[in-house]
Formats: sequence, structure tokens, C-alpha cells
Amino acid sequence: MDKNRGGKQCTDMETRNELTEKFSRLFSHTLPGIRASSFELFNSEREKAMGKFLESGIPTRKNEAYKYTNLEPLFRHDYDSFFIPGPDDFAKAERFKCDVADLDSHGVILINGFYPTISDKIREIPGGIWIGSLNEAAGKFPSIIEKHFGKYIKAESDSLIYLNTALASDGVFIYVPDGVRLKKPVQIINLVESDKDIFNQHRNLIVAGENSEISLIVCDHTLSPNRFLTNGVTEAYVGKNAVFNLIRVQNEHNNSSKITNTFIYQESNSHVSSNNITLHGGLVRNSTKHILAGEGAGCLSLGLYLSDKFQHVDNFVNVEHQVPECNSNQLFKGILDDMSTAVFNGRIYVAKDAQRTSAYQRNSTIILTPDAKMNSKPQLEIFADDVKCTHGATVGQLDEEAMFYLQSRGISRSQARLLLMFGFAHEVIRNIPVEPLRQRMDDLVMQRLRGELSRCASCMVKCS
Amino acid sequence: MLKITNLKASIEGREILKGINLEVKEGEIHAIMGPNGSGKSTLAAILAGRDFADVTEGTVTYYGRDLLTMAPEERSREGIFLGFQYPIEIPGVSMVNFLKTAVNEHRKHKGLGPLSASDFLKMMREKKELVEIDSKLANRSVNEGFSGGEKKKNEIFQMAMLEPRLAILDETDSGLDIDALKIVANGVNRLRKPDNATIVITHYQRLLDYIIPDYVHVLYDGKIVRSAGKELALELEKKGYEWIKTGEENSVQTWKPGMS
Repeated sequence: MDKNRGGKQCTDMETRNELTEKFSRLFSHTLPGIRASSFELFNSEREKAMGKFLESGIPTRKNEAYKYTNLEPLFRHDYDSFFIPGPDDFAKAERFKCDVADLDSHGVILINGFYPTISDKIREIPGGIWIGSLNEAAGKFPSIIEKHFGKYIKAESDSLIYLNTALASDGVFIYVPDGVRLKKPVQIINLVESDKDIFNQHRNLIVAGENSEISLIVCDHTLSPNRFLTNGVTEAYVGKNAVFNLIRVQNEHNNSSKITNTFIYQESNSHVSSNNITLHGGLVRNSTKHILAGEGAGCLSLGLYLSDKFQHVDNFVNVEHQVPECNSNQLFKGILDDMSTAVFNGRIYVAKDAQRTSAYQRNSTIILTPDAKMNSKPQLEIFADDVKCTHGATVGQLDEEAMFYLQSRGISRSQARLLLMFGFAHEVIRNIPVEPLRQRMDDLVMQRLRGELSRCASCMVKCS
Repeated sequence: MLKITNLKASIEGREILKGINLEVKEGEIHAIMGPNGSGKSTLAAILAGRDFADVTEGTVTYYGRDLLTMAPEERSREGIFLGFQYPIEIPGVSMVNFLKTAVNEHRKHKGLGPLSASDFLKMMREKKELVEIDSKLANRSVNEGFSGGEKKKNEIFQMAMLEPRLAILDETDSGLDIDALKIVANGVNRLRKPDNATIVITHYQRLLDYIIPDYVHVLYDGKIVRSAGKELALELEKKGYEWIKTGEENSVQTWKPGMS
């Protein structure tokens, strides 16, 4: 399990080259298969993207953005395949019941990053919203895809994003036309299931038109105990005056590694909330970028990480104020048990002319044992002079005064701990803007804190 | 119900309580008064089980049991309630969740099943009325953003919910305006029953205009230097604590249990 997280650093040039070579070979082997099943729109980008990836290879800890997370062991592992699914691969997933599934939502399932062949490849739901396979959408809505695909990752230097562009061949596409406000949330259930160790990539694209509104829940699950690595990229475009709420709930087993890269591009007066709720997972790296590109845009970037054993959770948040009059607020909280480790890197960038910016950031972590470790790093780059900006980070233990207060009312120490941890986590949950989801998230967090999620009834994996 | 015998306690090697003797019986209200730093809050904390002071000598029995070996939560379930001088804010924990957990732990201790959600809410409503608490307070997180007065009223509300046999109110009157003081005092008086008892710890005589004690004890420099009936409080108000300090030598042995 130790090799699954930031342990011994490997900077050896030989290993780097060997790793890069491995991906170069993987690319040439799988490219014909990927090409055959994908639209030209995606295929035209692949070789260029792979070239960019090979220039820098897998990010090492010398890279400031990955200082506390060692990815090399994950990528060095020999996964049995770059997965291309057949019809039988979806059988187990069909029986899956998500903990959040009885929520009233429009649901879609992705299996190992692919849209199952058994469902409608793309469907229209009342109000004119389209949900379905990204690959399918490339045929049906080429102009929308062409306008948005790959546009919000352009300025990035992170090689993993290029790797995704090179290898991903499917994912979810959501299109909300101008003026459509969807009240019922859309739910993507990301399942990883195989009797082999697999490395998978998926690519999502969400386009929310002017004055539209959508809430999207993304649930990450693993259904078999094999070693998995996921490198997913989500691009979202949020039009003028639109509202986009993204709630990501991660509940994977300890042998699973999840890398998510989310880019949210906002036009003027749009509002976005992004919530990364990491309940369980071996290694989790969530990189979330908010691009405030239109005046009056606002974003709320929230995160909650609950980890134990050797788990490692890295949240990398990057808020870019490109224009004046935008506001942003980052709130990330976590509880670390056992020997788990976590990272928070919160960047606030304010461009030279982005006057009257308000940007806030707070990171608080409770450490339950002397062996757990938190690395918190604010990163402020402010080039405008009329800016309100604050940031703060705390790392501490459960408040003994509060513990005694609860005990003095007859509450046992274990119950008191649970209440305090729940209260601490609730500060993130209560900011989730979608009412029915808040209660659900509270319930899941409580289950996790009680230690019940690792024995989740719907999960076939018995996590140890 | 409570018997404190020659209780001595120190904090970081400094002796704070220097031999306290006190007996509280069912139905009684005792007031413990004294200047700042005399050990009042340390005594309250020791009775509730806060472990920042080391008990070096003496005993405390509660219905014949050794109180000092009981965990704080067990003391609470056995009927001891501490009203905090500075109630703690607990963001994110709702009053409902907090009190439901507490009430059900008390019920479990008595061999009863948990209250249904509707019974619990009904109980909260009744108790809120009893102690005249603004119903909105109960919808918020525990003490979070409460004013000083609201926090103290909330202590009395919790006391009403848990129906203690022995309530120890530590400086419950500090920082209260006269209206809040009356509400707090009314709450205490309404919760009074023939088989429960209250220890009111206070710096000022003011609260004792509304909660009439059976006994008043003066704590000074870690010892009870004078005990008498309620008239002692008035005397203290008139003469100030200087009178006690100078009269210390004579007053130690003037009172015996049963006198008032």
C-alpha cells in the first residue's frame, strides 16, 4: 500500500525515460483501436497531445504542483490493458446501486470511462437538455463540440491533461441550451470494474448556455478490488448568467488511484459552485481550475476530504480572475486519521486589470493521530491593485473544550468525537447549494465517519 | 445526595482548593459566593469531571458513590448538570442533533429506548416554553453566534431537557442584563423539585434576589470560610469581601451542617 502514495521519490532520469517510453509504446499499440472507435474531431488532436505529453512525461515531485504527491509508482505499475470494453464488461455494473441513487436525478453510468453499449448513447430529457456519450455527441453536435472541446485546457502545462487528450475516447456530454433551467440534478455514476488492473481515461464536456441552470452530481466508485488508475478530464463552459453546480462524491477502494482535472470557464455574471467530497480512496488528486473570464462571475470552490489508513488526498485549486468584478471563495476541510496524508494547494491569480476582485480562501484540517500529515499551501499571484483577498490555513486536533461540553451532557467520548467531526465537515456540506443533496451528503459523511462506508452494502469490494 | 469532605486540589502544583467540606441534600439550594480566584469554578469543574485540576486529598460522594472516579458523561447520566460560565460554541452541530443524542444517552442509561422524532420535538417545545427560550435558538448550531445572554439561557434550556438531580450553575448570572437574569432565575425556580438540588455559584448577590438559597457559603482562598442562611448574601453585598478576608480567622469554625 505504501507504494501507492508519496513515498520514495524517483527522479532517476533512466526511470523517467523508461516510463515515457512505456507510454509511447502504449500509445502506438492502442491508437489504431482508439482511432477506429472515435470521431475525427478527437483523433486529430491525439498525436499532437501525445507529443506534448512525451516532452515532459509523468509529473514528478520537482514539479511544484505535485510537490507532495508522488505519481510515478502509479504510472510505473503495469496495468493489464488500456481498456476498451466489450458487451460483457457491463454486466456487474448493471447490478450496481449507488448510495445516492435513490436521489431523484437524471442518471447516466460510465464504466471504466466508457458509455455502456446497453443504454441509449445519447438522450434528450424534458426541457431540451442532451445527456449522453461524448463520442456520440461528436457526430450529433459537431459544431458545439468543435467550439468547446479542448478550449479550456489550452493554457495548461500539466502533462496528464495531454495524456488524456491523447488516449481518452469517451465520457459524458451534457448540453443545456440557452434559457433552460433544469431543477432535477443530473447524476454521472463513474464505475471502475475489472478483474484486471486497469488504467482508464475519460473525458467529459459540459456546455451550459446563457441563462441556463444545471446541477451535476458525479459519483466515483470501484466495484472490484483490482488496482486501478483513472486520469479524467472534465471541461465545462458556463454561459452568461448561467448557474452550474458540480458535486463530486468520491468513494473508491484503497487500491484505486483517481486523478481528476476539472476546468470550468465562466462568462459574465455566471455562478458556479464546485464541491469535491472525497469519502474514500487510495490516492486521490483533484485539480480544479476556475476561469473567471466574464465580469461579475462568481465561484465557490468547496472540498471535504476524510481519509484514513494510508490514503492520500491532494486538492489542487486554481482560481483565475482574468477580468474585473469577479468573486471567488475556496473552502476546503478535512479529517485525517491513522497514517493518511493530504495536500491542499490553493492558487488565486488576479490579472493586471482584474480590479475590484474579491478572492477568499480557507483550509482547515483536523488531524486525529500523530502519524497523519497535512500539507497546506496558499499560492497568491495578484497583479491588480484594487483587490480584496484573504487566505488562512489551520491544522489541529478535536477541541477538548467542546469534547468536555458534550460529555458533560451525558454524551460518550466516541459519540462526542463523531458529533464534532460531523459538525466540522458540515461546514462544507451546508454550502452545497442544492437542498436535497445537502441532506444526502450529510448522511454519507456521517456513515463515513462511523466507518460504515468501507462496509457499504452495495459495494462488492470488502475494503480492509 | 452530595457530600464533599476535605477536598483539596491543585493546578500545576499550586493548591487551589484547600479542604472543602460541603453537604447538599435533596430539595436544597446552596449558593457559593466568593471573590475572583477563590476556587469557585475549580470546584464546579471538579464536580462535573473536567480534569484540569488534580485532586490531592479528600472525597466526594454522590448518593454514596465515589463521584471522582466517574467519567463526566456518567456523572451527567446519573443526574449531575454543570451550567457553564462560558458555554462552548460548536459550529456545525445542531441543537436538535446535540440534545437528541444527549437525551437518548440518558434514556439508554435508564434502560429506556430512544425517543421518536415527534416525541423528541414535542419535548423540546415544552421545555422551550418552560424556560422561555426563543424557539429560533433551537434551530441553530450549539451556541454558535449566540449572545452572552442567549448562551446562558441555552444552558438552562439544556438543564430543562436533561432534568438533573443536582445542577451546578457556574456564574450563570455573569454578563446578563436584568431581563435575561430573570428568565434564567425563573427557569431554575420552575425546574425545582423536592428531590433535586441546585448549587448556584456566583460573584454577586444580585442573582440571589431571584433564586432564594437555603444556604450561602463563602469561598475564600480555597476554603469555605463562612456559611449561613440567605441573609449572609445580603451582608456580603453590604460589607464586600474585604470583611470576610479580615474576619477569616474567626469565621472558619462558626458553622455546622444543619444550622441556618
